[in-house]
Amino acid sequence: MLSEIPSGKTVKIRRHHAAGATRQRLLDLGFSPETEVTVVRRAPLGDPMQCKVATCDITLRRAEAALIEVDLPVS
Amino acid sequence: MGLANSLNTPSRPLLVGLAGQQNAGKSTCFNMLTGASQHVANYPGVTVDKKTGSYRHQGSRVTVVDLPGTYSLSSFSLEERVARDFLLLEKPDAVVNVVDASALQRSLSFTVQLLEMEMPLVVALNMMDVAGRQGVDIDVSALNKRLGVEVIPTVGRKRQGKEEIKQAVAQVVGRTAGQGLRIDYGHLEAGIVVLAAQLAQSPLAKRYPARWLTVRLVEGDAQVEELISAQEDDAGGALACAQTIRADFERSQGLSAADYLVGCRSRLAAAIVADCVRVAQQGKRTLTERIDRVVLNRFAAPFFLVATVFIIYQLSIVQGYELTQYWWPILARGRAFIAALLPDAGLLVDPPLRSMALWMVDSANGLLNYIPVFLILFSLVAILEDSGYMARIAFLLDKIFHAFGLHGQSTLPFILGGVFAGGCAVPGVMATKGIPDERSRMATILTVPYMNCLAKIPFYTLLVNVFFVEHKSWVMFFLSTITIFIALLVARLLTATLLRSRETAPFVMAMPTYHAPTFFGVGQRVLERTWQYIKKVGTIVVAVSVCVFTLLQFPRLSDERMVAYNGQMAAAVTAFSSKIGTTRFAEQLHDPLHLLKVVNLYADYKTARFSAGNSAAAVRAIDANFASANPDLFILLKPGKESDARQVNSALRALESKRKSLRRAIKEAQIGNSVLGMVGRALEPVTRWAGFNWKINIAILSSFVARESSVATIGVLYQQGADENRNLEQRMGSETENSGFTPLHALAVMVFFALYPPCLATTIMIKVQTGSSKWMLFSMLFPTALGFLVAIGIFTGGSALGLTGIQMMALLYGLVVCLTIATYFTKKA
Repeated sequence: MLSEIPSGKTVKIRRHHAAGATRQRLLDLGFSPETEVTVVRRAPLGDPMQCKVATCDITLRRAEAALIEVDLPVS
Repeated sequence: MGLANSLNTPSRPLLVGLAGQQNAGKSTCFNMLTGASQHVANYPGVTVDKKTGSYRHQGSRVTVVDLPGTYSLSSFSLEERVARDFLLLEKPDAVVNVVDASALQRSLSFTVQLLEMEMPLVVALNMMDVAGRQGVDIDVSALNKRLGVEVIPTVGRKRQGKEEIKQAVAQVVGRTAGQGLRIDYGHLEAGIVVLAAQLAQSPLAKRYPARWLTVRLVEGDAQVEELISAQEDDAGGALACAQTIRADFERSQGLSAADYLVGCRSRLAAAIVADCVRVAQQGKRTLTERIDRVVLNRFAAPFFLVATVFIIYQLSIVQGYELTQYWWPILARGRAFIAALLPDAGLLVDPPLRSMALWMVDSANGLLNYIPVFLILFSLVAILEDSGYMARIAFLLDKIFHAFGLHGQSTLPFILGGVFAGGCAVPGVMATKGIPDERSRMATILTVPYMNCLAKIPFYTLLVNVFFVEHKSWVMFFLSTITIFIALLVARLLTATLLRSRETAPFVMAMPTYHAPTFFGVGQRVLERTWQYIKKVGTIVVAVSVCVFTLLQFPRLSDERMVAYNGQMAAAVTAFSSKIGTTRFAEQLHDPLHLLKVVNLYADYKTARFSAGNSAAAVRAIDANFASANPDLFILLKPGKESDARQVNSALRALESKRKSLRRAIKEAQIGNSVLGMVGRALEPVTRWAGFNWKINIAILSSFVARESSVATIGVLYQQGADENRNLEQRMGSETENSGFTPLHALAVMVFFALYPPCLATTIMIKVQTGSSKWMLFSMLFPTALGFLVAIGIFTGGSALGLTGIQMMALLYGLVVCLTIATYFTKKA
C-alpha cells in the first residue's frame, strides 16, 4: 500500500481499492494504474503525505494512500 | 451563429464559460479578460460562487462566466455538478479552457472531457512562464493540431495572451460537433458506438451529445442515469444496454469499466504530452522543490509556520492598531461634519433626530475604525494564498485539524476570524467556501465565530485593566488560546453528532507551485474582502443599531422625573445668571436661546481641546478656528485678562459641568428604565449564577448587534466620576469595588463573551454559507447555552471552591487543554 512506502521511494501503482468520489479524485489527479509515484515527504506530524505524479505534487492523507495498492520499490 | 450574425443582434451578448482545474490560474485569466467589470452571485440553489464579467470585442459584448475549478467533469462533487450543468444547460457560445502548462498531462484529461461534451473550445495554455522555468518546452502548434482546437499560450499574471484569446473566442463561436479529437475507448469502443447510435435517436440527443451520454452511462454516472430514466420510451433499454457493456467488459478484462474509461483519457493525455512536450534539464530540482525542502522540512516547518503567524500578528494587529491613530481623527471629522448638519443639542435633552443619527454614526465608526487593520491582514492573507504557502499550511496542520473533524483548509477561515487577537468572523465564514469537505466546512463555519474578533478585544482590555492588572498578559494569552481549544472541541462534538451524516470528501489535492503574488491579484482580493466588511457596517449594523437605540430609549422616563431634572437644570441656570449679573455680557446671555448656543459652543470647544491633547500647535489651530467662526463669543471661551469675560468663563464651566452630570444621570436612568434595561433586570435572577448583574446583561444583549457597542454601553452605565476626567477603567473599578464585583465575576463575563454567539452580521453570513436558517439559529443558541454553562461553572464553581479569578482561570485552562489533548488521541467512532 502506498501509505507504507518510505519517503524518497518511487513505486508503480497496481490498483485502487477506493470507491466513489475518492477513486474519481485519485484518478483525476493522475493516480491511475501503471503510473509511477514518488513519495516526497510526510508532514511533520506524519500525516498527510506528499507525492509526485508526473510533474505534479499531490497531497493525500494516510487513509487515502492506504487504498492504493502499489508494487514494492525495486531498490 | 458566427460573429457576423452576432454583430447584427447586439441585444444578446455572447456567453463564454471559463472552465479549468483548480490552481490553473482561471481567476487571473478571468480578471485579465474582464478587468474590473465583475459581478459575484450564487448559482441557483447552491452556495457556489458564480462570477460573471464582460468585455467588448469588435463591437459585440461578451459575457464571461467563471466556472468553479474542478479536476474533472463527473458528478461526484457539487462544484463538478455546477460546472457541468452550466456547460450542458446554458449552452455557452464558447468555452475557454484554462490549462496549467506546468501540469499539462493532468490538465489535458479535463480538456478531453470538454471535447467529448462537444463544446466550442479555445484552450488557454496558461502559466507558460512557470513551465518554462521547469524546463518544459511545449510545441504549441503540435498541440493545436493534436487537439484540433485553437491553443493560445498565455501568462495570466502578466496579462499576456488577452487579445489572442478574445480573437479565438470570436472565431470559435457557433462551431459545434465534429471539432477536435475523438477519444478511442479501445475494448469498449465497439459497444459505445452501438449504444451512441441508439441514443442519437432519442429526444435527449437534441440537448446532449449522444456519445457523451453513452460514455457517462457506461461509466455509471448517477446524474446521467437519472436523466435517461426520466425518458419514457427506450430509457430502460439504454440503461440495460450500458449495464451489459459494462458487465461484459469487466468479465473479460477483469477491470472496472469506469477505471478503464478514465485510463483511456489519461493515456491519451499522456500520449499528447509525449508528442508535444520536450522536457529539458531532467532531474534538475525546480525552485518550488528547493523551497519546499527547507520550508516543509520536518524540523524547520513548525518554525516557519510560527514565524509566519507571528509576522501576520505583528504587522496587522500591532501595526494596524498604530495606524488607527491616524485613521480615527478622519472618522471623527466625519462625525463632526454630520453633527454640524443635525439640529443643535438641547440643554438637557437632544432632539431625537440628532441623538439617533449620532448613535448610528458612532456605531458605524466603531467598526470602520478597524479598516487599517483589515487592509493589512487581508493583504497578508492574500499574499499567503497567491504565493502557494497557504496550501502548505493546510498540509502541515491537517493532521491536527482532521483529528477534530476539521480540515487543513480550515486554517484560512480561522486566521481571518482572528486566531489569537483580531480578525472578523464575516470574511472568515466567507472563506470557508474553499473547503471541499462538506462536513468539515460546516464544522468550520460553526466554529470560526469562537475566534477572537477585533471587536471582542476592547471589552477584554477593559475588564483585564480593571480586574487583572498584575496578570494582564497571562489573561490575554489565556483568552486568545482557550478559544482555539474550545473551537476544536466544539468542532469534534458537532462532527460526531449533528454533522455526522454530512458528505465528506477525500483530502487529495494538488500542491500548487510557488508564485510571486501580483499587485493586482492581491489588491483585488483585499478590496473585495474589505468591501464585504464595509457593507456589513453600512447595512446590517447600522440598521440594527437603530433597533437597539430604540430599545434603550423607550419607554421614556416619566414626566415627574424629567420635571425634577429640569428643575435642577433651571436652578443651575439661575445660579449662572446671578454669577454673571454684573458683567457686560449679562444682557445677551439672559436670552435662553443665546445661552444655549454659548453653552454648546463651550462644550464643543472643550471637546476639541481635549482631543488635541498637549500639542501646542493643535491648540493654536483650534483657537484660530473657533475665533474666526465666532469672533464675538471667542472671548468667553478663552477670556485672557478681561475680568468680565473671566467671570463668565468660570460660571460657564460650572454650568457645563452641572449640565453634563445631569445629562449622564438622565441617560443612565433612561437605560435602566428602557425595554433592554427591563430585560436585563428580568434576567438577573438567572444570570446571577454566572455572576452577571443587569448592567452586564444589557451590554451582552446590545453586543449581539456588533460587539463594539458593548464597551460603549458599559461606558454609559458606569459613568459616575466621568466629570473628574477619570477614565472608564477607574470608574468601573471604583463602582464595582462597592458592589462586590470580583475578578471571578470578570472572568466569567469574559469567557462568556468569548463563547457568546456571533454578531448579527456573522449569523447572516452563516445563513448565506450554510444555506439554511436552521443553522443560523443554531449558531446563535448553541454558543449562548455553552457560554452560559461555562460561565456558571466558573462563577458558581469558583465561588464554591473559594478560588480567586486567576486561580479559576488556571484551573479552567488546565481542564480544557487536557480535554483537547485527550480528544486528539481518541480514535473517532
